[in-house]
Parts: sequence; structure tokens; C-alpha cells
Amino acid sequence: MNKIIRKKQLSAEVFEMEIEAPEIAEARKAGQFIILQLGGEFDERIPLTIADADPVNGTITIIFQAVGESTHHIALLEEGEYIENLLGPLGNPTDVQHYGNVVCTGGGIGAAPLFPIVEAMKAAGNTVTVILGARTKDLVIMEEKMRAVADEVIIVTDDGSYGEKALVTEPLKQICETTQVDCVVAIGPPVMMKFVALTTKPFGIYTIVSLNTIMIDGTGMCGGCRVTVDGRTRFVCVNGPEFDGHLVDWDNLLLRMGTYKSQETEAHHRCHIGLDINEGEA
Amino acid sequence: MHPKRETLNQSAELLLRDLEQKELTIKERNQIPLQEMATQEPSERIFNMAEVALGYTEAQVRVEALRCLQCKTKPCIKGCPVGIDIPAFILETEKGNYAKAVGIIKESSLLPSVCGRVCPQELQCQMYCTVGKAKKDVEQSVSIGRIERFVADYTREHGLDEIPTVGKDSGKSVAIVGSGPASLSAAADLRREGHRVVIFEALHKAGGVLVYGIPEFRLPKEIVDHELDILLKMGVELKKNYLVGKTRTVDELFDKDGFDAIFIGSGAGLPRFLDIEGENSIGVFSANEYLTRSNLMKAYAKTNALTPMYRSKRVAVLGAGNVAMDAARTAKRLGAEVVSVIYRRTEEQMPARREEIAHAKEEGIEFLFLHAPKRIIPGEDGRVKEVEVVECKLGPEEEDGRRRSMMIEGTEHLREYDTVIVAIGNDSNPLIKATTEGIETSHKGTFIVDPSTCATSLEGVYAGGDIVLGAATVILAMGQGRKAAKAMNEYLSTL
Repeated sequence: MNKIIRKKQLSAEVFEMEIEAPEIAEARKAGQFIILQLGGEFDERIPLTIADADPVNGTITIIFQAVGESTHHIALLEEGEYIENLLGPLGNPTDVQHYGNVVCTGGGIGAAPLFPIVEAMKAAGNTVTVILGARTKDLVIMEEKMRAVADEVIIVTDDGSYGEKALVTEPLKQICETTQVDCVVAIGPPVMMKFVALTTKPFGIYTIVSLNTIMIDGTGMCGGCRVTVDGRTRFVCVNGPEFDGHLVDWDNLLLRMGTYKSQETEAHHRCHIGLDINEGEA
Repeated sequence: MHPKRETLNQSAELLLRDLEQKELTIKERNQIPLQEMATQEPSERIFNMAEVALGYTEAQVRVEALRCLQCKTKPCIKGCPVGIDIPAFILETEKGNYAKAVGIIKESSLLPSVCGRVCPQELQCQMYCTVGKAKKDVEQSVSIGRIERFVADYTREHGLDEIPTVGKDSGKSVAIVGSGPASLSAAADLRREGHRVVIFEALHKAGGVLVYGIPEFRLPKEIVDHELDILLKMGVELKKNYLVGKTRTVDELFDKDGFDAIFIGSGAGLPRFLDIEGENSIGVFSANEYLTRSNLMKAYAKTNALTPMYRSKRVAVLGAGNVAMDAARTAKRLGAEVVSVIYRRTEEQMPARREEIAHAKEEGIEFLFLHAPKRIIPGEDGRVKEVEVVECKLGPEEEDGRRRSMMIEGTEHLREYDTVIVAIGNDSNPLIKATTEGIETSHKGTFIVDPSTCATSLEGVYAGGDIVLGAATVILAMGQGRKAAKAMNEYLSTL
């Protein structure tokens, strides 16, 4: 049983929760994730990245988007309530090293798990530029926290409501063309990570991507999370979640992410009941 | 049509009335007909998840128990991996002392209601049974497993299960990694000696393969819950959502948490794939994933479950063990119109239990023997469309005694499927190995242990079950759990 200490709605469908989980807070490293399950007989196991951790107070912070029925159920929980099952930290930590010049790219909710990586990259002595992309101004998250840590923060939105009207790949390409970049980290929707990898490939820059595939147990047992990396089948939960973006078979990954698309669409219309989300926004 | 439970019971009652009148000679015992166990009708059960085998009635179990000759040599015991005193518990069953019968079983095996259902008795105790030998047919042996199941179910349903006595606090504590059959057995035996016992389970439900792997229609989950409940009543602690190797390492369990010894029963982890073209297409699942979705996540309850199940009409199951049978029969119950088990050898070589194969056939599962998959072909949407199979023939015997399967060139053809379930076994999970320095493993990744004590290469660390054996059975896992616990109790007494 893990108590929700703090809950904050960051945007129409994005929520932040600080949850009691002393052992995970102590063990976790940048890049790792958790799986939670609300405790009911029929509840789903949901993998979520860890946005922050406080080992002293024994808490972790998760930031999630209410996109499916289960994440909507989590969003309905209030401070003082409990998340029955919380497992972690899972996956391997980010390959943090002194690379030199690092660009960290976050798309939408991907900014959340990117934050501990930015912190760790800074702590390892890198110069860190952060590019945050979102659909619209309201969906830009983690900006202040990033500004407090990174050397530079660039914001872009799809509709131009905040920062430049652009995709993250545009400023990324400019930076790659004008400066020596030694490592790029990208976390966001798979299609964004795919295009980040395509952008950095001509420059030969090592590009780390963090995959959030379909997953059940998160411990290597089910194989649902498998991806093709450099022609080999790898499991995101035990071999990842981070891989070299230039070696990931993105087209296969994108197809596999849509395995249950028809069922999910049917379920989604039932989700918004009781939540402050306008129909059409999520 | 199978005979109904009521019909079987009536014949058994009549028979019992006769038999109970007199002292039976061996010849008379030999003439008692084998008691069939009723099952749900195939045409009904493919639409539900309820248990297929319905168990004996009381009259039936008494009649079946009378078939036991109480041989002096007790050959059945040597066939039991944990050495249950089989004639003794059957004798108590004959007398109607079911709780006493369970007590005898529990001296050797913690989970009779589970083993009575899932043990391959035809290859173990029943294979050595004198009655079967005399009739030259192992299927005519005394139905030891069915009797075991009855007495265990009877005591559970009548609240007669006793909570084993726990010795006085030893001041020592033991961590158990995983909560499958090996771990549960070890936990019970360690707790009996008065040690503090904490089970660490990664999933949100305890029971390991009994919960995520074996379907409800073979092993109802309330039985597993009941067995776990007994352990908890003994004072065994259970920490779910705790992945040893990640949440804490083995070293940390010693150093930070102060455990005196550790038992690792983390199971067979990683599902194996065939490494053929198209295996990452949409609609290709490991049997682990398919079964975990259905069993652990209850995805078979389509209207309630939040975990989705792939919608399949034509399913190919690759593999021929019990897990393949479980996956095929689950797919059928979830609405698939065609389910084919594709196997490169013949029925004789199938590793699955005969009973499971028979049940699968009754349920309309199709078997494609002497066929091997060559590649999986997706449609433009990336979803499975066809499987290319090739015909095979049997060649010379291999090292393991099974005849090699050889593909016949030029016999390749396409078969239409929308779902493929790969059930060809598991490799060991790498998590603990990767985070535990000095633990010795085989080239397969299984832990190397002393066969007599289940001790690993690290002091105070023991292991058992599939992490040591590769893919084995529930009873073998339990046997290792008990063996390890015995050695651990001795080890702990020296500290």
C-alpha cells in the first residue's frame, strides 16, 4: 500500500503524484520505471516512468497522462488515498557518463522522466541543453525544474502558443549543425523518438531513447514488450528501457504499440466520467 | 458423451454397499472397476473458465481407495518425487478419515489439492502401481492423484485443514524470493522451525506459476489462495510488489535487512521464441504473455477486465507441452474458431500430459503433427495473416532419446492464422544473476546447486524450482523447496 502524499493536475489530462515508496526512492536511478496496479481483481498493470524521488522522505513522483481507462482511474485518486500495488525500480538506469555536450529532448509527458536524466547528466559534468516540445502551451510541463538544472532550455509547440512553432527535431537539427553534440537523449511519443533518431543519424551522434511499450509483468516474464534492436529481439523491461535509437526498428515498434487499438478506442469513451477533462481533449 | 457425475456416483454407491459388507481379498480388490472422474461436457466447457475435471464423489473415492492392494513393497512411493506415504493415506481414505489422509500427505507435500490436479501421476506414482502393472495398463493403476485431490478438497471445504504448529521464535530470519511452489514449500518448513520467514513476490498476487500460468479451468485460484492463507496464518510474512535484484539485491537483503539466509525460487523467467521471420508481428504472443493476461490479469472476463486480450479467430500454438495445451484451450474459450497446435514430432513424443491432450482434443483443438513453422507472414497492417509451415519426418534418436524431427524440403505451404502463440519454453530470468556477485550459474543461466542441499555457491543462499531445474513440474519444485529448507534449518542452527 502506497499513500498518495501530493496530487497536482498539471494540465487538462496530465497529473503529478508524489507517492510513498521508500525502497523504490532509495534504489531508483535516472531512467528507471515502476509498474502500478490499483488492487482490484480486474485492474491493469501500468508501467510509468519515475519523474523524481526523495530518498529522505521516502517518496517518488510520477507524472502521467490520463489516456486510457486505467490511467483515468488513477487520476481519480486523491491525496491521502492509496495505490495498492507499486513495483520498482524496473529496467536499467540511463547510461550516464561524461559525454561533453548533451541534448535532452522531451516530447509531451516525456519531459517528466527526462528530468532525472537531465539532473544526472549535469551531475556527471556535461553541458546539457533541453528541448521540450508539446502540442500546445498548456501541455508544456517541467519547464521550471528544467531551467533550474539545465544550461539552456528551448521550448517548441505544435501550434506556436508558446516558444517557437516547431517540432523538437527542428531546433535539434540546428544545434547539431552548429555545435559539437556528443549525446542526445529523447523521451516522448515513439514517433517523436523515431524522428529524433533520424535527425541525429546523419551526424553520427549517439542517441539514447527510452521505450514505453506494451508490458505486463515488467520483470522479463511475458515478452510482450519485445522490440527489434539491431536485428535482435530485445525485452524493454530487462534489456531496456533505453536503447540506441539508431538501432531500433521503429516501424515494427509503432505497429506493435497499436496491438489493442480497437479495444482501447472502445474503452476510451467511458473514461472521462468524473474527471475534469473536456471531451475531445484527451 | 461422458457419464455424468450423478451416474458415476450411483454406480459407486451401489458397489460400495456390496464391498463394505466383507473383508476383501486381493483378487476382489483387483476386480473393482476403476472410478472415472466426471468432467464438464466439452460442448459446455469451451464457453466457460470453470474447472474441467469435477473430482470424485465420496462414494467414488471410497471405491477407488479399495482398489489399492496395500502392497508391502509400496512401489508407488518411489515414483513420488517427494516420497508421500501413498498406501497410508489411501488406507485412511478407505476408512473415511480424510483429514488424517491429508495429514499424512502433508508430512511430505504442502499442496495436495494442487498436486492432485497438476502432477503427471501417470509418469510418477501411478506408473509403479501394482494394479496397473498387473493389468499391463498404467491407466488402470489406482487413481492416486484423484484420491489426493478428493481428500484435500474435502478438508478444505469442510474447514478441517489444520494450521501447522510453529516452533518457538529462533531469532533467525529467512528471505524467500518468489512465491511459487518451491518457495511456498520452503517457507512452510522454515517457519515450522520458528524462524521469521518473509516471502518477496514481484507480482501483485502471490502463487507464481500457479496463479499466472496454470488456467482456472485446470486449477481454480481459490485453492491457491487457500493454501497461501494457511501460510499466512502460520505467521509467514508476504511482501508483494518486491523484485529482488531491483528493489533490493541479494546482498542488501543480508546487509541492510539482516536476513540470515535466503531461498531463491524465482522461477523460469524469459520466454523463448523461435527466432523465425515475422515473429514480432502483431498477434504473436509468448504463451507466458497470453496466459498471464488471461489468468493473472483476468482478461478472460472481457466485460470487466481492463487488460485487453487479442481478438482471435484462427490461432496457431507452437509447441506441445502442458503450457501449449493451456494456451490452446484458453484461446478456444476466448472465442477462437480454429486453434491448431503445430508440432514437429508426433503425438507420442508430445511432452504434455495425456489427460491434457485428450481434453484439448475433446474441445476441438486441432493437432498438426509432423509440421514445423518456418515463418510468420504479416499483412500490410503488420498483423499476422499466415504461417508458413513445412512437413517433417522423424529421424534417428537424439541424445535425449527422442527422435529427431527433420524438415521435408519442398513441402512448405501457407496456413491462414491471425494469432500465433509461442509455447516452446523459457530461459532463466537474468535479474538475480546480474545483480548477485559470485552466484554460479550454468550456461543456460540456471543456478548451480548442491543436489543434496540446494545450496548455491554463496554461503547462506539456497535455490530451488525452475531457477535450478529449468522447466520442471510443481511437485519437483516443491521437493527442492523442502530439501533446501531442511538444509537451511540445519545451517541456521549453526549460526
